[in-house]
Amino acid sequence: MADLQRLEDALKQAGGQVTVAGPADTVDGVPAAAVARPTSADGVAAVLREATAQGLVTVARGAATALDWGAPPERVDLILDTTGLHRLVEHGAGDLVVVAEAGLPVAELSETVRAAAQELVVDLPPERLAAGSTVGGALSTGASGPRRLQRGALRDLVLGATVVLADGTTASSGGKVVKNVAGYDLAKLLTGAYGTLGVVVRAAFRLHPARPDRAYAVATGRLADVAARARDVVASQLAPAAVEIDRPAGSDVAEVAVLIEGTGSAVGQRAAAVAELLGGRVQAEAPRWWAALPGAGVSTGSTGGGGTCAKATATLTGVAGLLAAARDAEQRYGVGVALRGSAAGVLHALVTGTPEATAAAVGHLRGAATHPRDGTVTVLRASREVRAELDAWGPVGGLDLMRAVKRQLDPGRNLAPGRFVGGI
Amino acid sequence: MSGNASAALDVVIGELVDELGPERVITDRQRRRTYECDGLAAYRVIPGVVVLARGSDDVATAVRACARHSVPFVARGSGTGLSGGALPHSEGVLVVLSQMRSIRDADVDDQRAVVDPGVINLQLTAATSPDGYYFAPDPSSQSVCSIGGNVAENSGGAHCLKYGFTTNHVTGVDLVTPAGEQVEIGGKAPDPPGYDLLGALVGSEGTLGIVTSATVRLTRLPQEVRTLLAAFRSMDDAGAATSAIIAAGVIPAAIEMMDALAIEAAEAAVHCNYPAGAGAVLVVELDGPSPDVAGEFDDVVRLCEAAGSFEVRVAADDDERALIWKGRKSAFAAVGRISPDYIVQDGVIPRTALPLVLRQIAALGESAGVRVANVFHAGDGNLHPLVLFDGSVEGAVDRAEEVAGGILDLCLEHGGSITGEHGVGADKAKHMPRMFTADDLETMQAVRCAFDPEGIANPGKVFPTPRLCGEQPGRHRGAHPLAESGVAEVF
Repeated sequence: MADLQRLEDALKQAGGQVTVAGPADTVDGVPAAAVARPTSADGVAAVLREATAQGLVTVARGAATALDWGAPPERVDLILDTTGLHRLVEHGAGDLVVVAEAGLPVAELSETVRAAAQELVVDLPPERLAAGSTVGGALSTGASGPRRLQRGALRDLVLGATVVLADGTTASSGGKVVKNVAGYDLAKLLTGAYGTLGVVVRAAFRLHPARPDRAYAVATGRLADVAARARDVVASQLAPAAVEIDRPAGSDVAEVAVLIEGTGSAVGQRAAAVAELLGGRVQAEAPRWWAALPGAGVSTGSTGGGGTCAKATATLTGVAGLLAAARDAEQRYGVGVALRGSAAGVLHALVTGTPEATAAAVGHLRGAATHPRDGTVTVLRASREVRAELDAWGPVGGLDLMRAVKRQLDPGRNLAPGRFVGGI
Repeated sequence: MSGNASAALDVVIGELVDELGPERVITDRQRRRTYECDGLAAYRVIPGVVVLARGSDDVATAVRACARHSVPFVARGSGTGLSGGALPHSEGVLVVLSQMRSIRDADVDDQRAVVDPGVINLQLTAATSPDGYYFAPDPSSQSVCSIGGNVAENSGGAHCLKYGFTTNHVTGVDLVTPAGEQVEIGGKAPDPPGYDLLGALVGSEGTLGIVTSATVRLTRLPQEVRTLLAAFRSMDDAGAATSAIIAAGVIPAAIEMMDALAIEAAEAAVHCNYPAGAGAVLVVELDGPSPDVAGEFDDVVRLCEAAGSFEVRVAADDDERALIWKGRKSAFAAVGRISPDYIVQDGVIPRTALPLVLRQIAALGESAGVRVANVFHAGDGNLHPLVLFDGSVEGAVDRAEEVAGGILDLCLEHGGSITGEHGVGADKAKHMPRMFTADDLETMQAVRCAFDPEGIANPGKVFPTPRLCGEQPGRHRGAHPLAESGVAEVF
């Protein structure tokens, strides 16, 4: 049981507070005993040092927009609320770099850098953005969105990070310059690690100049046609900023939408050329589903009541097979499989159905790739009942090395044990 | 040199000859000497033994033998690195990968290639450009450097401003771990599940294992490429033009800058015929869809002229583009024409600090009586000052090294980095504590321990002080790199 007084004492000097957990203080249904809300990196270090010394299990929490992603932790003693670390440390507009604390909402960061006509091209789902998704949360869940096609995922934009390990050690890697090869790139290792290696307290990102003009080219068609046309656009020299595919559950057709960004008349020219490739039309606005996870608005975001959310990857040519597998799984197992995401091969699926059928459908989607190196399906959010029926992660290359990394950085398994691949 | 270490090496050599055959294992001292240094010839160590690997099984065999006897190993590709990352170990095995040079799969439909580590960077571009693709990372050594080396060093190049570094272009590897196990990580699909091991591996300079196959992105060739050379009276003017271009929201494929001394050297070497009287030149390249490039190009010309450029030359065709780049790409070697010896420094500053830092570098050189030529990637603040000296003059090396070290201090003062693309290797391990705290380095080394608990993968590189990995107290971890080079044979 947590000794709250000693946690409070540990925080006293650095600032922040420790409270008894309320009914809402759960991680994917696992209740916590206490919540600590430090206001500085030193505070995070002090709390973690004390919590780990007490043998407590700590889970970091930002805005909790994806706290139910990943497997539920084995137990939670302490929630480490990072929203007290909400400073934008530095915006080097001339250097196209921003440094922010982990608890800063991404929307606030975006607003600040927009003043200099710049942006962090993370393209979080709008529902997460609106709910206050933080810098640390976006990093820890390995966020990426439509424009990853050209500019990469968040792991490609992060330049450096400061992390507090379970024992309270504070360590930085990388830096705040765009180009830097000094030492290991631990910021990438922490990206998508779901807080199982340490608690990120600060990170630096590369920004891009916001392009003043944009247009969308859209088309609708049969699944195989849409996949082929999307690939044609990706393989063209028209430099699309994003090529997104949306296939609603139960549908034999899908929509493809291509974002063209740039300046002035060049945008219109390129958008017209893309529309011709697609056999579609140009429009000024994004389709309403743009960047959103499938089923957004349907799900309550709690314990998977709205279905099972999975991330599916594929090669460029494999996207067609994934779309076909979604339709096929629906017909075989009586489930719904909505699929949406980048033609670059990173999509999200929302599977609705009984736990057994959902598990079968996830297995079927995995089968779309002939080898895991050509595509994987990992379950992000699911109910207990669904999780009991399936392997949420699928095959993981290098799992032994991952376990070894975990042992080195969090030997006592004090950070979110059980939440990550292979029970890490 | 301890007797135990050399005895262990003898055992390993015996096993390697048995398992790989004598023709793959070089023990002859004269032949081993061929491998005594990489592109940083100031450090030389004759490797204990050299293995010429034909494939991943050979690499695994060699590494397993090393692991059994706690003998260090060092991987080497083309040996073009500039930080001594492939500097051999006198009591260890040098695993040479340059004979593994097949492009296994050039899959343009999936925009991926699967290559052996010894494949030459430009070889992949040559193989895929007929289909409209290329491999984007383009270090200046791209005609000779290996992709395995690019992976180890996280190589950049002139065009990484827009297209990113090697780490942004690797989606999978086959790794031989320091225990000799073969592990497949990632593949052609993006975002493999689990920790981002690729992020840790790329740029780890051979300290986490040996990559025996890499799956890399192929990038679509741009519809249009336009290159210009703008001449300025001063570095300040050229720096102002760079800032104006970035501030206008343009991300060129490359912006490169050279100062008067670098221009003089390039003229002497390759007769690139840059404008006379230039105190600085900028090479700016834009690429992308034709309508966009046309608009941006006009902007760039206007911004250069507004910043005081007195001559702007536009490459009319590929030949003229090649001539513009020739001066820039030959600059390092060209400095040999105006100075008997030189140190190539590699540091990074926030780009906005450029004018100030260049003045500080000039002052540093002047006060030490040392000439410094500047060639660099202006767009991302990656400096490559060339510190000139004459090694036959007493004390000249020391003065040059002092200036080179002082330049790194300036980079750190301005919030930059001690290396932007050449790596830490043997050369800059001693500088790491100036950029990182003891806890930072301990944490990085903890990750290293996860991969290499015995500390046998390229020891003495990257980190100034080896770290014991938990369960094995008291085990010998190899000496400090400088001490190591001190005990090694130097020619």
